[in-house]
Amino acid sequence: MKLRRFLLNLAAPVAAISFSVAFCWVVLTLAHYNAGTAFADMWDYGNKSESIVSVINRAVPLYVAGLAVALGFRMNLFNIGVEGQFRMAALVAAAFGAWISLPAPLHVFAILVVAMLVGAGWALIPAVLKVKRGVHEVISSIMMNSIAIGVGAYMLGNWFIDKSKTGSLLPRTKPIPASGQMPSLNTPLDALGIRLPAGSNVFGFVLVAALLGLLFKLVIDRTSFGFDLRATGINPGAAEASGVSLKSMTMRVLLISGAIAGLAGMGDVLGYYHGFSTDFPSGFGFTGIAVALLGRNRPVGIAFGALLFAYLDRSAQILDLDSIPREIVVIMQGIILLSVVIAYEVVQRIAQTQETKAAAEATRRMDEADVPAEVGA
Amino acid sequence: MISTSAAARSAAQRVTLRNALIGGVGVLLLLSIVRYIANADDLTSSGAFEQALKSAVPILLAGLGGLYAERCGVVNIGLEGMMILGTWFGAWGGWMWGPWWGVAIGVAGGAAGGLIHAVATVTFNVDHIVSGVAINILGAGVARFLSSIAYTPETGGGVTQSPGVGGHIGVFSVPVLAGGDVFGWHSPDVLDWLDTKRWFFASDVAGVLHGLMANLSLLTILALALVPATWWLLWRTRFGLRLRSVGENPSAAESLGVAVYRMKYLGVVISGAFAGLSGAYIVLVTSGVYKESQTGGRGFIGLAAMIFGNWRPAGVLVGSGLFGFADALQTRNDASVHALLLFVGLAAGVGAVLVIRRRKALNIGLFAVVAAGAIAWYVTSDTVPPEFVYCTPYVVTLVVLAAAGQRLRPPAADGLRYRKGQIT
Amino acid sequence: MNAGEGPGPDGVRTPAIELRGITKRFPGVVANDGVTFSVLPGEIHALVGENGAGKSTLMKILYGMQAPDEGEIRINGTPMRFRSPKDAIAAGIGMVHQHFMLADNLTILENIILGSEPRKGPMIDAPAARRRLDELGTRYGMQVDPDQLVEDLEVGERQRVEILKVLYRGAKILILDEPTAVLVPHEVDELFRNLKELQAEGQTIVFISHKLDEVLANADRITVLRGGKTITTVDAGDVDADSLAELMVGSELPRPETTESTVTDDVELEVDHLTVRLADGRAVLDDITLQVHRGEVVGIAGVLGNGQTELVEAIIGLHAPAEGRISLGGNDITRDSARRRRGAGIGYIPEDRHRQGLLLPSPLWENTMLGHQGSPPFSKRGWTSPSAARARTREIISDYNVRAPNTEVAAYALSGGNQQKLIVGREMSSEPRVLIAAHPTRGVDVGAQAAVWDQLREARRSGLAVLLVSADLEELIGLSDTLYVILRGALVAKLDPATVTPKELGAYMTGARNAERPGAIA
Repeated sequence: MKLRRFLLNLAAPVAAISFSVAFCWVVLTLAHYNAGTAFADMWDYGNKSESIVSVINRAVPLYVAGLAVALGFRMNLFNIGVEGQFRMAALVAAAFGAWISLPAPLHVFAILVVAMLVGAGWALIPAVLKVKRGVHEVISSIMMNSIAIGVGAYMLGNWFIDKSKTGSLLPRTKPIPASGQMPSLNTPLDALGIRLPAGSNVFGFVLVAALLGLLFKLVIDRTSFGFDLRATGINPGAAEASGVSLKSMTMRVLLISGAIAGLAGMGDVLGYYHGFSTDFPSGFGFTGIAVALLGRNRPVGIAFGALLFAYLDRSAQILDLDSIPREIVVIMQGIILLSVVIAYEVVQRIAQTQETKAAAEATRRMDEADVPAEVGA
Repeated sequence: MISTSAAARSAAQRVTLRNALIGGVGVLLLLSIVRYIANADDLTSSGAFEQALKSAVPILLAGLGGLYAERCGVVNIGLEGMMILGTWFGAWGGWMWGPWWGVAIGVAGGAAGGLIHAVATVTFNVDHIVSGVAINILGAGVARFLSSIAYTPETGGGVTQSPGVGGHIGVFSVPVLAGGDVFGWHSPDVLDWLDTKRWFFASDVAGVLHGLMANLSLLTILALALVPATWWLLWRTRFGLRLRSVGENPSAAESLGVAVYRMKYLGVVISGAFAGLSGAYIVLVTSGVYKESQTGGRGFIGLAAMIFGNWRPAGVLVGSGLFGFADALQTRNDASVHALLLFVGLAAGVGAVLVIRRRKALNIGLFAVVAAGAIAWYVTSDTVPPEFVYCTPYVVTLVVLAAAGQRLRPPAADGLRYRKGQIT
Repeated sequence: MNAGEGPGPDGVRTPAIELRGITKRFPGVVANDGVTFSVLPGEIHALVGENGAGKSTLMKILYGMQAPDEGEIRINGTPMRFRSPKDAIAAGIGMVHQHFMLADNLTILENIILGSEPRKGPMIDAPAARRRLDELGTRYGMQVDPDQLVEDLEVGERQRVEILKVLYRGAKILILDEPTAVLVPHEVDELFRNLKELQAEGQTIVFISHKLDEVLANADRITVLRGGKTITTVDAGDVDADSLAELMVGSELPRPETTESTVTDDVELEVDHLTVRLADGRAVLDDITLQVHRGEVVGIAGVLGNGQTELVEAIIGLHAPAEGRISLGGNDITRDSARRRRGAGIGYIPEDRHRQGLLLPSPLWENTMLGHQGSPPFSKRGWTSPSAARARTREIISDYNVRAPNTEVAAYALSGGNQQKLIVGREMSSEPRVLIAAHPTRGVDVGAQAAVWDQLREARRSGLAVLLVSADLEELIGLSDTLYVILRGALVAKLDPATVTPKELGAYMTGARNAERPGAIA
């Protein structure tokens, strides 16, 4: 039964991806582009070894953002504010990192802590509004995203700006010294015998992200806090009757989600930009939501989702050379998202009917054999 | 025999109408005082309110869109994505064939987005918010992609912007009061004359009214007409009663033979159509081109207006006026924006006094802190940084949502994932 | 006395309703198995049977909400196929559901005309609707204010709206599903008065019930269903309660008898002057004082909505009291959180198992942890132990005879009765000091009900203190050592279950009889 359920759940994203490819094939063909060349080129380019490094690096912030969103989703809380949370966190943490000086591992650690605090802080307002005034967190957190753009611009332009670079067009924070930079994984990978093409760097932050995923799974599945969280998401009435304080849980989960979101941008800050500027990559917040949904809010699924979306983003770059609009990939991602959520619903209903039937069947057999209620495997 | 509760309720409504009028006059009075003290003529100028109205309409249309959906029980967070489709298709239609075609095609684009949301939530029972978020992502992507195909260096425009939309949707001014044309005769502009006199309060009111009556785009008039039209449709027709019943108790409706799924589909598609109209308005009346990220979160602000308006068309109108004014601040000069700090401070002060009767320390304290803070900020600064002005509509939305809280009555089955034959 | 009586040309009256060979299957169960059911025009016909006998499904089929897998429906002799309630309505059938189908935020008029609105173009012809409603109200003696919001109505008034709804649509055949389940005795009398009036005006009435005294007093003929099959149809004059009960159950009704007293002197749960207020200041619980001793079952009788739910939830910790104290074994727990109280040994069988008792999509072993997820053996220092939960689930399945194939199956896959048994087992096996049991056998079939009663008695012998809230008077009288009656948030009577009768109890519950003046009827 478990295997069947797993296969069914796997079928949904596979079906969604296939549908999306087919749909985009049709769209490209209707627009007089050669769909076959497009996809073939994407496949080739995406599988090059430089691409793979890039994909992993791009997947990291998506993964972390996905985890942040998924934590809330497991409890039916929609933290759509990840976008604002990670931007504010990246800005403030980068400025902080440039401002202090500590020995190497401590420096990085301090920067990460600040990022988490700022992320949680930016989630505080939606959390308080939800718990105290019943304001739905979707609207309030989206408002906070927009406010982050304004407030962030102000802070960057007036407080954190690197005056020494007044010549350049992009305001940015002062650079973070070497002690605050996260080393790449090239050396350990080299020791393992994996040689990377010259010039490409796998962010060390990948390890942090992987660790976060592991923590996520442990906490959700094996702690009583995680049980409370899942119970609240499934049936808040039953959770409350079982002793969960809904308000306290909502507050805690939104803040923790914000803290995780704060870390989403740190891979880029620590491994590449060593600072924050207005051209810092954006959009993880919303793609993170897609990735979380694709992965059914579970760390392993989210990892696959993040890699998939990062792969699509990367391999789309080749389309410029073919004069094919690379935005087809955005549509592909959107269609995957929409069809996967529909597919998961369908799968759930099928599984539910099957399971009820099977249980009734098994019980009926027990009744007929007049077996006293004892448990089989 | 009218029962006591019905009588009490209508009495409460009448009081609210009276209070609303008093409140309106009070706000105008306060604005006049602030204008006088801060010497910020632009604050109550016709131009300011003309712009406020232009900013309010998209929010109004989005809010009405949200209303149709939630009144049939479907939460539509995807309004933003449907608005984006409205802006893109409005611009494309307008560029290809003229502005009114732009309107029609923009509406169709939004409705298509609504249809997708309906399929996902009604037929496949996907969580309403998840589907809405997916549509927002998809809408942005579709707009980008279609731009990359439709707009090339030859045609003008590019991935993030369309070429300019030609043509002009007509404009109307109220005759006599605002200098409108009556059968070719250019009537006098009474309110404008009064405005230029700069008499305390009278000129301010004249300025405000002139802004609301002059140079009204025909689309604006259409949008405003949709408010009473929505009321009539939902509360006076068979269709409206059935639609509302589906949002209140779908099982009951189904047991009486109402086609629940069909009603939900219609409500959500109409919702998308309104969002499309909103987007088309932004392009065809306000900006003249499609630009990426043009919607700027107004879909969500529209939802806030709907909540503020207690899911009633008149309330949505008031809410969108407030948010529209906040949104329009970016187009005003520094002096009037700065003067608004004083306005906020004085208004909070008045609020604190009014709330003293209720004896709730927290509320009084909050008002007092806001009043003190705003006035202090006003006194110690010359201008408000543009980045903060940008944040105004979003902050106002948060404040309004926080304050609106407990008196609200959303449709009873709002957000319910309903399946036919299900008895809740 | 049946109106419209008179034999047809062949001397036999055409039945108003005739169902023949109706069969309906759902995954895992056959709800109706070749059912025959026939109702004569102008009679009041009762359909009786235990929970799960198939009555509701049959009526849903008759009303077009379900399609039968096999069988035939004839209305006034004509075969019909109903694809939806609209078809049934068109055939003159009107159904008054057990759970009212009313939209609170709409007015009475809007609720009644919904789906059959008189039209003036696209608009609703409101004056015409009002006129017709007025007519109906006068003719059948059921006046209402069309502009009142339904949410302001009392239960009896809501039912009247439901009846008007079907009359408005020209129903000639009325089906009422458990109409008296939520009514107070004087509302019940009023209902049957109305039904007799309707019968006098030519209506045919079918009502579903499992309250045999009402059935015998008000029906002309009675059909008994059991296990999805028709057992028999009899004239009301030809049977008595006992033989009817036997037909329903197939054997004698189990009676929850108590034997010797196991009540000790140790007070386990004490509630002292407890008052709980709503947001507007009204007291939904007013100065409640009671004690539950070890080995005692204290029963709370009362019409639903008089504060029982709030009392239970206040003791569990879901409502903060405005005044008063709650103590467990001598310790004041008034300020303790719900989690603390559960951990201190308060078990809880909630009145609505789906809303408060189960995580339906989760496997059984996770449901076993629900309510106990913070304490050993299921959790130590924050880490949960699935193996302990699985082991306990296996115990519960075997001790409480829960029909489930294994511990991994999801809770939704179990039948209602087995779900309830799981909950009862979960709470009892955690060895609580006090058990709060709210309607513990609601929706549970007779066999499981008896099993639960046995378990409760067994636990009481071992010293468990039980607070029992129930709407089932037999259950209350049979299990309780002490019986209180709650009315409008206050305890208005303390009775001896050994001597009180259901009729007396009902009188206290409705305020018709007052504890201060025991003989008087208010």
